[in-house]
Amino acid sequence: MKHTISVLVENKPGVLARVAGLFSGRGFNIESLTVGETEDLAVSRMTIVVGGDDMILEQVSKQLNKLIDTIKVIDMTDKQFINRELALIKVSVNAGNRGEVMQVVNIFRGKIVDISSKTFTVEVTGTDDKINALLELLMPFGIKEMVRTGAVALTREWQKEDPKKTS
Amino acid sequence: MKKKGAEILVECLEREGIEIVWGIPGGQAIPIFDALYDSKKIKLVLTKHEQGAAHMADGFARATGRPGVCLATSGPGATNLVTGLATAYMDSIPMIAITAQVPTKIIGNDAFQEADVIGITRPITKHNYLVKDIKDLAITIRQAFHIATTGRQGPVLIDLPSDIAKAEMDFVWPEEVVMKNYNPTYKGNINQIKKAAEEINTAKKPVIYAGGGILSAGASKELKAFAEKTGAPVGLTLLGLGCFPGTHPQFMGMLGMHGSRTSNLAMHDSDLIVAVGARFDDRVTGNLAHFAKKAKIVHIDIDPCSISKSVRVDVPIVGDAKTILTELTKQCTLRKHPEWWAQINEWQKAYPILYNRKGALKPQYVIEQIYELTKGKAIICTEVGQHQMWTAQFFKFDQPRTFISSGGLGTMGFGLPAAIGAQFAKPGSLVFDISGDGSFQMNVQELIIAVEHKLPIKIIILNNGCLGMVRQWQQLFWKKRYSGVDISIQPDFVKLAEAYGAAGMRVSKEEEVKGALEKILKINDRPALIDFKVAREENVLPMVPAGAAITEAIDYKDVEFA
Repeated sequence: MKHTISVLVENKPGVLARVAGLFSGRGFNIESLTVGETEDLAVSRMTIVVGGDDMILEQVSKQLNKLIDTIKVIDMTDKQFINRELALIKVSVNAGNRGEVMQVVNIFRGKIVDISSKTFTVEVTGTDDKINALLELLMPFGIKEMVRTGAVALTREWQKEDPKKTS
Repeated sequence: MKKKGAEILVECLEREGIEIVWGIPGGQAIPIFDALYDSKKIKLVLTKHEQGAAHMADGFARATGRPGVCLATSGPGATNLVTGLATAYMDSIPMIAITAQVPTKIIGNDAFQEADVIGITRPITKHNYLVKDIKDLAITIRQAFHIATTGRQGPVLIDLPSDIAKAEMDFVWPEEVVMKNYNPTYKGNINQIKKAAEEINTAKKPVIYAGGGILSAGASKELKAFAEKTGAPVGLTLLGLGCFPGTHPQFMGMLGMHGSRTSNLAMHDSDLIVAVGARFDDRVTGNLAHFAKKAKIVHIDIDPCSISKSVRVDVPIVGDAKTILTELTKQCTLRKHPEWWAQINEWQKAYPILYNRKGALKPQYVIEQIYELTKGKAIICTEVGQHQMWTAQFFKFDQPRTFISSGGLGTMGFGLPAAIGAQFAKPGSLVFDISGDGSFQMNVQELIIAVEHKLPIKIIILNNGCLGMVRQWQQLFWKKRYSGVDISIQPDFVKLAEAYGAAGMRVSKEEEVKGALEKILKINDRPALIDFKVAREENVLPMVPAGAAITEAIDYKDVEFA
């Protein structure tokens, strides 16, 4: 199962290498990893999407917690959270299909941010499902290049109560 | 008062209570060695190879429980520490490694003797630091000691660029170490302890499985009290040997691949395993799919990562073994388990660890003789291989920190420098390095350190002319295709010892063993070595083949009497 883990770490050199090394050293494959500053300049937030069974994920969380530079580890998977990814997609177009491509992009609330005689560059944000769906629809036109940021996520302020407690 | 970085380093080490530093200088390390020159509290021991320095610091730490310190120059000096750091990391040994680094301005420029030491040692240290500002130096050293000696202990490395070592500032000793993100759990959860006690009080076939964590926690007394009250049999890991008396009637022997069959069968048959300071290593559990299927598991460990890593645990308790065992013992009822013990005694009778004295001199016999002569009152260091396992099987360790061996990493060449470190730590103790002819040659250069410092270490070479453990695997599992194990072309170890200024003797007959050992026990002013020519094809048995269940051991009689 796929897990989205949010890790607050000290914002200093070498921390990313420690986190990445922890995954590679144990043969865990990272699906995506994003890092950026937070409201506190001394703290960075990493959002890591990783697959594996529960025992592996439990181990990943514990190992992350064990790093001296780690402040907090939140496995979002068992919580409500907002999850977004940004993609830039350079798609081939011609005089005949420009309109169709624009329609598809509009439906996905994407933006065309660069244009040439043969290409559109599309910017789109959303969950990875949404981006995958758009990609599928653009595929027939020919995707020349693409880049995805990987997921960033925050927990929702309001969490549904634990079903175990309410029942 | 203004001090140079190197002087701050030395003063911090002194204030941390460090009395010995093992190391080798080099260009970038000269400022540090210059500062050590003036220290009245720290003795500098110049080793022959940085690996030796690391193992000596490690041996010191294992013998005392206090952190050992090693020191190396940049580049090759630092990379030579790598095996030593990995050894200490795998066995959770508190150690501080200080490496010199090229000046901050040229880091990353492929400077002479530059290596990315932080990158190289990241996965084999508990933590490491590159000090890029002299203002951070003192607090970094404080933090390094704090991290190395608390929680699950381990080595911490400080990489110190030479310009920082030469820079000056007003020195202020940081009285307190506050690390908001690093707070190991010591106090066990009371509800979990209660749950564990309930399981223990209702178990019919409990087993205590204890390891090196007992030594780190200094919880030997507490473990004994717990075992005696619960009446449960005790099996130990290799690194746990000595944390529970080897002569205690409740001791079943070592667990795992070369453990006693009784302890493995008891684990397998048990309905409750109480694991304390151990980590369900593959050498202990054998094939996980068949491991202790009937048992509930209580796991006490200071490191949450060790819990449910390979085996699903029913009652995890994170914390310090000493305080948790004390509380747990209070809540446990006094039990004797006569039926369970009847079964265990039956196994003990059916599966003793034995060997056949016929033929050439047997290594097991030598170890038994060492035990008899010393009455077990010695610190025994080993290298890695067959001799290590025979020592674990045939020497009964009653006292904690008297068995010093590389367990997790299995580092050949560890024993001699570790014995030197242990002898520095315990000048009044009798220290042995039990070795094989292969391992001994891996760090033999450090012998001169023992001679130089008049350390009366007893070196026992169980010389079978081959890399015995690999030969054994090849014999049993690889159709006797003995590839790359013959080392019968070897130096004359007696002459080698003498060349170094140590005493040397050779023994090849059983009847000479005792006399020779008695002789070297009387030598007090230098190391003494005995080269025991032992049977070449002797095997360490019982043995659970890699990947088999722990119940499927090959026994001595299956191989030797077949």
